[in-house]
Amino acid sequence: MLIPHPLLGLRDSSEFTYLGDAALLDRPDGMAPDAATRFHDYVHLRDNPAGIHRELWFHEQGDRSWLIVTRNTITHEVLSAELSRDAMKGGAA
Amino acid sequence: MRNGVEGESILQLILLSGNNFDELSATVNILSVFDKYLPKHIASLTIRTGIRDGRSVRYSGLRVIKEALTGHKGWQPIWRNPDPQPAYDYVIVGGGGHGLATAYYLAKTFKQSRIAVLEKSWLGSGNIGRNTTIIRSNYLLPGNEPFYEFSMKLWEGLEQEFNFNAMVSQRGILNLIHSDGQRDAYRRRGNAMLLAGADAELLDQGDVRAMYPWLNFDNARFPIKGGLLQRRAGTARHDGVAWGYARGADLAGVDLIQNCEVTGFRIEDGRVRGVETSRGYIAAGKVGVAVAGSSGRVMAMAGMRLPIESHVLQAFVTEGLKPVIDGVITFGAGHFYVSQSDKGGLVFGGDIDGYNSYAQRGNLGVIEDVAQGGMALMPMIGRARLLRIWGGIMDMSMDGTPIIDRTPIEGLYLNAGWCYGGFKATPASGYAFAHLLTTGTPHETARFMRFDRFERGYPIDEKGMGATPNLH
Ligand SMILES: Cc1cc2nc3c(=O)[nH]c(=O)nc-3n(C[C@H](O)[C@H](O)[C@H](O)COP(=O)(O)OP(=O)(O)OC[C@H]3O[C@@H](n4cnc5c(N)ncnc54)[C@H](O)[C@@H]3O)c2cc1C
Ligand SMILES: Cc1cc2nc3c(=O)[nH]c(=O)nc-3n(C[C@H](O)[C@H](O)[C@H](O)COP(=O)(O)OP(=O)(O)OC[C@H]3O[C@@H](n4cnc5c(N)ncnc54)[C@H](O)[C@@H]3O)c2cc1C
Repeated sequence: MLIPHPLLGLRDSSEFTYLGDAALLDRPDGMAPDAATRFHDYVHLRDNPAGIHRELWFHEQGDRSWLIVTRNTITHEVLSAELSRDAMKGGAA
Repeated sequence: MRNGVEGESILQLILLSGNNFDELSATVNILSVFDKYLPKHIASLTIRTGIRDGRSVRYSGLRVIKEALTGHKGWQPIWRNPDPQPAYDYVIVGGGGHGLATAYYLAKTFKQSRIAVLEKSWLGSGNIGRNTTIIRSNYLLPGNEPFYEFSMKLWEGLEQEFNFNAMVSQRGILNLIHSDGQRDAYRRRGNAMLLAGADAELLDQGDVRAMYPWLNFDNARFPIKGGLLQRRAGTARHDGVAWGYARGADLAGVDLIQNCEVTGFRIEDGRVRGVETSRGYIAAGKVGVAVAGSSGRVMAMAGMRLPIESHVLQAFVTEGLKPVIDGVITFGAGHFYVSQSDKGGLVFGGDIDGYNSYAQRGNLGVIEDVAQGGMALMPMIGRARLLRIWGGIMDMSMDGTPIIDRTPIEGLYLNAGWCYGGFKATPASGYAFAHLLTTGTPHETARFMRFDRFERGYPIDEKGMGATPNLH
C-alpha cells in the first residue's frame, strides 16, 4: 500500500504507524455536562465502515507528520492524503 | 479366501481402535465391507444404523476402512441444505465456528428447537477456515483465563461429543522467553493459569534446547533464555471443527441456511422481531449475531456502534516437509509463531497488518516482517518454499477481549471481538452464547465479557495497551 504524502510523494505504508478513524481529531469538550458519556464513545466506539474511511497515519519513519488518509477498506485503494494540520486549520477535520 | 484376509485385518483394527467406536455399527459395517459379495438384505443393515435421511449418523474407524475398500462411494452429504422457514425461535447470524457451535449447544445441551444458522456464503468460509489452528488456555486475567480453560476442557472431549474427527492434537505450546523481565511476566502468567486449573511449566534454556535443539539460541537481540510451556495446548483441524459442529447441529434439527446474507434487522419498540435476508424476511424470537470480522458492519444495521475495528491478519504455509516441529512455538518478541500441520506444511504467522480492513488480504510489509521473524528464530526456514499466503478479517476489540452479551435491543445478542484468538474459544464461545440465549444470564466463565465494561471502567486488557485495537 503506497500513501501519497503531500510533501514527500508516494511512500510505503510500512513507514507509517496507524492510529485509526480521523474522527479522533474531534475531541469532545471535557467540561460538557455529559463529558463522561461522550468520552466513552470517543475513546471506545468506532464506525468501522466497510468502504471509504478517513484515518490518521503518522509518518514515524519519515518526516513525522500526521496525515489524514482517505482509503477504501474493502479494496485498500488510497484515494487521497493530506496533512492533518492543514485539515485542522481549515476546521474541516 | 480374499474376503477372509480383508476380514481378519479389519478385525485387528477394531481391536486397536478404542476411539469413537460403536459396537453395533461396527458389526454391521464388517458385513457391509462385503456388500458386493452379500445378498441385498444384509447390506441394507448398514443403512438402518449408519445412515439416516441420507445423512451419515455415526462415524467409526471401520466405516473409514469400509469406504477405503469400496472406492469411497458410500459417503453422504453430512448436513441438509434446507430452505429457510418463515420463523424460528432462535436465529444465529454467521455460520463460522462460533455460530455453528452456538447452534449445536442450543440444540444438544440446552435442548432448544426451531433454530436456524444464517450464513451469507458457505459454512466455514470465514476465519474458521483460515486460521492457524492454535488452541490454548494460557491467558493471565481472571476475566479471561477461566473461560479459555473451560474451552480447553471442551476441546478435550469434543471429538467424542460430536463424533467427528477434528484432529485435536495436544502437542503443547511454547512461548519463548528472552529476558529476565519476560521470565517474571511468564512466571506470573503461569501461576495465574495454575490457579484457574490449567497446566503450565516454566522451562529454562536447557529444557528448551532439549525440545528444539535447532532454534537460534544465540540471536544477538533476542537470545532464548527459556519458555512457558502449556502441554495441554495444541492444534485442531480448522474446518473440521466447523464441519463437526455443523453436522452435529444439523442432526439435532438445526436448519443451516447457506447463501443467506442478513441485510437488516426488523426492530419494533426496542425489540428485535426478525431479520431481513437475501432470501427474504425471517421472524425470530431471539437473534444471536456471531459474524466475527463483519461485526461492525452487521451491528450498524441495528444502529449500533461497537468497541471494535476490523483488521486483517495474514497466515502462511510452506510445502510439505518431513516432521520437524512437533508442537507450537511462539516468538512474541519477533512477531512470529509456527507449527507444522499433519500434512507437513509449516503453518506460521505474525502480527495483524494494523489498519482497518475488510479485504481478505494484506500487504507486503507484514509479509517481510513475518519472514524476518522466522529467519531470526529458525534460520532453516529460509530453505522452505511458501505455498500460499492468505488473510482473514479480525474483529479487534478495544481491550483485546471479546464480548458475549445482550445488547440494548431486546432479543438481540452479540458474540464478537475475538481478535486473532477466537479459534481456541470456539467451544466455550458457542456454549456460553447458547447459555446466554436460553437462560438470559451469562455463563459463569463469560460473565466479565460485557458490552458495558468500557463505560464502567472494567476493560479486560491482557497487555495493558489501552483502546488501541491494532496493538492487542
Ligand atoms: C491450517 C491451514 C493449513 C493450510 N495448509 C495448506 C496446504 O497444505 N496447502 C495449501 O495449498 N494451502 C493450505 N492452506 C491454505 C488454504 O488452502 C486456503 O488457501 C486459505 O485458507 C485461504 O482460503 P482461500 O484460498 O479460499 O482464500 P481467498 O481469500 O478466497 O482467496 C485468496 C487467494 O488469493 C491468494 N492471494 C492473496 N493475496 C495474493 C497476492 N498478493 N498474490 C497472489 N495471490 C494472492 C491467497 O493465497 C488465496 O489463495 C492452509 C490453510 C490453513 C488455515
Ligand atoms: C490468519 C488467521 C490466523 C488465526 N489464528 C488463530 C489461532 O491460531 N488460534 C486462534 O484461537 N484463533 C486464530 N484466529 C482467529 C479465529 O480464526 C477467529 O477469531 C474465529 O474464527 C472467529 O469466529 P468464527 O469462527 O465464528 O468466525 P468466521 O468463521 O469468520 O464466521 C463468521 C461468519 O459470519 C458470516 N457473515 C458475515 N456477515 C454476515 C451476514 N450479514 N449475514 C450472514 N452471515 C454473515 C461470514 O461469512 C462468516 O462465515 C486466526 C484468524 C486468522 C484470520
